[in-house]
Amino acid sequence: MNATLPLQLDLLTTHYNYYAVVVLLGIGLYMLVDSPNLVKKVIGMNVFQTGIFLFFITLAYRSGGNPPIITEGGGPYVSPLPHVLILTAIVVGVSLTAVALALIVRIYSEYGTLDEETLEQLYYD
Amino acid sequence: MIEHLPVLLVVLPIVGGSVPLVAGLFTDRAGWPIATATMLVHAPLAGWLWWAVWDAGTIEYAVGGYAAPYGIELVVDGLSATVALLVSVVALGLLAYARRAGPRSNTFFSMYLLLVTGLTGMSVTGDVFNLYVFLEITGLAAYGLVASGREASSAVAALKYLIIGTVGASLYLLGVGYLLAGTGTLNMADLAGKLGSTLGYDSTLVLTAFGLMVGGLTVKVALFPLHTWQPDAYANAPDTVSAFISALVSTVSAYALARLLFSVFTVDFLTAVPAARWALLGLASVSIIAGSALAVSQSNVQRMLAYSSVSQFGLVVAGFTIATPVAVVGATIHLVGHAIMKGGLFAATGVIERETGARSVRSYAGMGARSPLAAGSFAVLALAMVGVPPAVGFFGKWYIVVGAVESGLWPVVVVLLASTLLTLAYFARLVERLYFAEPTIREGEEAAVADGGESVSTGMVAVVVTAAVLSIALIAGVPVLDSLLNETLPPLL
Repeated sequence: MNATLPLQLDLLTTHYNYYAVVVLLGIGLYMLVDSPNLVKKVIGMNVFQTGIFLFFITLAYRSGGNPPIITEGGGPYVSPLPHVLILTAIVVGVSLTAVALALIVRIYSEYGTLDEETLEQLYYD
Repeated sequence: MIEHLPVLLVVLPIVGGSVPLVAGLFTDRAGWPIATATMLVHAPLAGWLWWAVWDAGTIEYAVGGYAAPYGIELVVDGLSATVALLVSVVALGLLAYARRAGPRSNTFFSMYLLLVTGLTGMSVTGDVFNLYVFLEITGLAAYGLVASGREASSAVAALKYLIIGTVGASLYLLGVGYLLAGTGTLNMADLAGKLGSTLGYDSTLVLTAFGLMVGGLTVKVALFPLHTWQPDAYANAPDTVSAFISALVSTVSAYALARLLFSVFTVDFLTAVPAARWALLGLASVSIIAGSALAVSQSNVQRMLAYSSVSQFGLVVAGFTIATPVAVVGATIHLVGHAIMKGGLFAATGVIERETGARSVRSYAGMGARSPLAAGSFAVLALAMVGVPPAVGFFGKWYIVVGAVESGLWPVVVVLLASTLLTLAYFARLVERLYFAEPTIREGEEAAVADGGESVSTGMVAVVVTAAVLSIALIAGVPVLDSLLNETLPPLL
């Protein structure tokens, strides 16, 4: 028991990036599922995606790493690949948010509400 | 030229899709001709690619000249070439339908071509992150197309589709992150080698990645219980869009799932981790039963067809998960056949609604006489979907069942056979009503027709009849597909 405790403490203190990822994913999903307001749902979607972005960027990190630019002397550098991937994913996320907000504007102008439950009643009538 | 075919198929529609936006500055009617011209070039190229694969086997293409595993690789084998050809042909055919039926704005046809880009990209890519990007392009275009209906409810359906679809794609992306962390590569062939040797199939990382990626894709395929976006999206979208996305979006997602199973995780993984195979088979079986049960209880025909898709994709996923050559050929046949049949059925509902105003199961009574061609095609397609022998629907199911029997998966065999009865339960009811019931709608008291209320064009009827003819004629393609897949797939199986 005592022998394993430092290891767990070690995990707790060194992997906080991953805890942040899990917390962000959780908050995002919770907002997506539970919030009745459509705009807040979209914000939840963004938080959820940000959690994933953070996860990829954490993967790229090397402690003491330099930017991935070739210089004299070299040394460790962070992996550029996840950064590039996330740049793409951010673009995708922005487009999705734009489409979602455009749809919300249209829903609001047609139904006059952003509350999901009210909308559901109007929608199925 | 021939060596650049895979990338041309992706680039062509995205370039073609941007033209209507520019042309829109000068005229409102540029969309359809440009989309048709693009697809008229695209379809022969897809056919040529299919022929090249048939002739020479798997084609690999390094995008931008950067060799795999560092560059993005496009890989076209028999399965991908077949799906790419299907996408191209269906998209070209439905343009004949869209000319009169669709929302005819320039932006609509831009999104139409963007969707073709995404779907073709998904079918030819050999890179898991590239697959995510094309998955989202497909998604974005599909959300936009669903929202292009005139009624406000289409925006609600599109937003629901967007939110659920984004969560699915994001879960898939998270899975890609796990694979990247474990192996440092994104190339499918490279991953397949490294997952087994360096990580071990039963490592937590591989299992989590499998769960996330497959879970994310099953949202897009719309397996029960992740199907909830589908009925709303199909029922509220314009008729052209319902036919298009019901024929292709879930189909290509199911293809991507198969690609993931065979090219990334490989059959060895399914054998090494029986729990994964049983989980997928269980999900597929539940989908088959639940989709059918929900379809029976629908009053709106388009919603019924949407739930029918949930059930049919259960069948396809079961075929891929059994993963014997026979079952995989069967699943592919059913994938292609379902695309033709379901696209045709949605197109037929559009024609019937325009001709008679009928859109609920109840009001379909007696419409066989009022709308003879569309109703006749509807009946043929419905029976083909049930799996009456001369139709292609029979062969897909037959191959899958034979595969299940050979693997000794008896519970699955029972579900597969029961699925035919369940399919009959909801389609026979409609066919019986079309021809043998007293009409509930009289001539002259038509309901208002959505999407502008324009009449039916020859092109629309031609599309429906062609789909019905193809659902029978495709049996000629079964042996061809069989031998093509048996040539290019064995390294994977």
